[in-house]
Amino acid sequence: MAGEKITMKKERFKQRQKNNLQLWTKNWELYLLFLPVMAYFIIFHYIPMYGVQIAFKDFIANKGILGSPWVGFEHFERFFDSFYFWRIISNTLGIGIYELIVGFPIPIVLALMIHELRTGKFRRFVQTVTYMPHFLSTIVMVGIIMMFLSPTSGLVNVVITLFGGEPISFMTEPGWFKSIYVWSGVWQTMGWSSIIYIAALAGIDPQLHEAARVDGASRLRRMWHINIPGIAPTIIVLLILNIGSILGVGFEKVFLMQNNLNMESSDVISTNVYRSGILGAQYSYSAAVGLFNSIVNFIILILVNRIARKVSSSSLW
Amino acid sequence: MAESRGDRFIMSSIYILLGVISLIVLYPVYFVMVASLSNPEDVMLGKVWLWPTDFSFVGYQRIFENNELMKGYLNTILYTFFGTVLNVVMTIAAAYPLSRHDFKGRNVFTLMIVFTMFFSGGMIPTYLLIKDLGILDTFWAMILPTAVSVWNILIMRTFFQNSIPKELQEAAFLDGCSNMKLLMRIILPLSGPVLAVMVLFYAVGHWNSYFNALIYLSDRDKYPLQLFLREILIQDQMQNMVDLGSDTFSRSLMEVEAIKYAAVIVTNLPMLLLYPFLQKYFIKGVMIGAIKG
Repeated sequence: MAGEKITMKKERFKQRQKNNLQLWTKNWELYLLFLPVMAYFIIFHYIPMYGVQIAFKDFIANKGILGSPWVGFEHFERFFDSFYFWRIISNTLGIGIYELIVGFPIPIVLALMIHELRTGKFRRFVQTVTYMPHFLSTIVMVGIIMMFLSPTSGLVNVVITLFGGEPISFMTEPGWFKSIYVWSGVWQTMGWSSIIYIAALAGIDPQLHEAARVDGASRLRRMWHINIPGIAPTIIVLLILNIGSILGVGFEKVFLMQNNLNMESSDVISTNVYRSGILGAQYSYSAAVGLFNSIVNFIILILVNRIARKVSSSSLW
Repeated sequence: MAESRGDRFIMSSIYILLGVISLIVLYPVYFVMVASLSNPEDVMLGKVWLWPTDFSFVGYQRIFENNELMKGYLNTILYTFFGTVLNVVMTIAAAYPLSRHDFKGRNVFTLMIVFTMFFSGGMIPTYLLIKDLGILDTFWAMILPTAVSVWNILIMRTFFQNSIPKELQEAAFLDGCSNMKLLMRIILPLSGPVLAVMVLFYAVGHWNSYFNALIYLSDRDKYPLQLFLREILIQDQMQNMVDLGSDTFSRSLMEVEAIKYAAVIVTNLPMLLLYPFLQKYFIKGVMIGAIKG
């Protein structure tokens, strides 16, 4: 009996191996197709991850990444002790949190309002207009900001002086930096970010609304008790992603808006890495700063995801 | 069913709010367009609000006279075209195998690809890699590092899985169709909408990007438009465009502003013209992506 079972198992195993082999030979074209993709990810993503070891070394150009001597956590210690450490951490966190508090709820509110319009010309107009700024490049975006806020010719200051105020030099005033950064971001992305919520709203069962209307629920109550719970899973997933990138304040826009005069509130981790690494050629030190940032981001993402999974049924994985 | 007074109040508030939001979003872009067509002096004095006053094309003239800028425009078109072709081919090459349940190892491969979304080696190791590969300051540095986007692979895979009937693929196999033939003859012809979305997403990305050029290029002949635009809009470097010799200083200062407005319009012209027609595709793309968030 037992022997029979073993031979059966063996046979099944052989059969499965044969099937696998068949799949491999039948699908060889798929592997061939996939080969360049794998090569791309290994070369352009995994090799840099391996190369991040220079953060623990003293990079010497002619010895290469592997040949340079190890120095342990020296660069990290230098970063933590540096004069700029608290400045860039508080700026990075400050912008990230400000952006989350302002930039996260606005697209949801916008989507809820657009959803109430059902269909029609006005709805299409609002959508077309609010999605458009998403397609402006960061450089054009910052260029427009600077045109409008220019102390001599900017429209905003023209209006301020028209009402008898003093022109404000917004771009060089450190106190204004974070607000300009965050609110211009809202201007540019609120429409685009609202699409995903509009899609989720369209998936809510209309019978729920019908029933609530029969029971005499007002429009506002239906928005509150049907629409918002209906898109809660989408909101949670996006909230996780947003919190996970709280320290990942993008380089592109901050870098363009930055100048020597607003540095004390505009210097963030990524611009610091660029300055000391690419411009200053301190490769090891700035790789350490960058690695610190990536690791903290990754940990935050995992933590937030774990919390979300505990308190609700939605999570990233 | 008649609307209650409360409901009507809510609806009118929504209309008013959305109207105001649309105006706030639209006006700056509209203003740039009007200002680019107006006499720079009037713009400076705040006389231009709704309509161009005293038509003037001095900004556009200065831009089209500038050889460097036109070269940048051409470079951007090249990077956008070849970059997008590579992007779309790579996205198909990644998404098609991953969409197939009989593709052994798809889970491991997917995990490997998705992981790069959440963790990366960072700016410096990537820069050193580009340097070691010897493609620093070349055409390749503009298209290879961004050869494919994980997010778009996931969108495309979801489309292949959900929108193309499995029976069709199975029937094709029974007829002796090979994997490649299936992809080229059956799947891709059925994927028009998602391919349009991909082309648009990638092309807009290339057109607007400046980061790779900033870090990897040093030869001005290879600069894309966006880097020249940065000099004009943000760094105020226009000495070679404004003729400081023959004009008075304040006049050239005004020209500087006119050039800025015109530069924004010229750069975004393809986008502004195509946007109303392409809008529905963009939205479709986000929707497909949203299914599998």
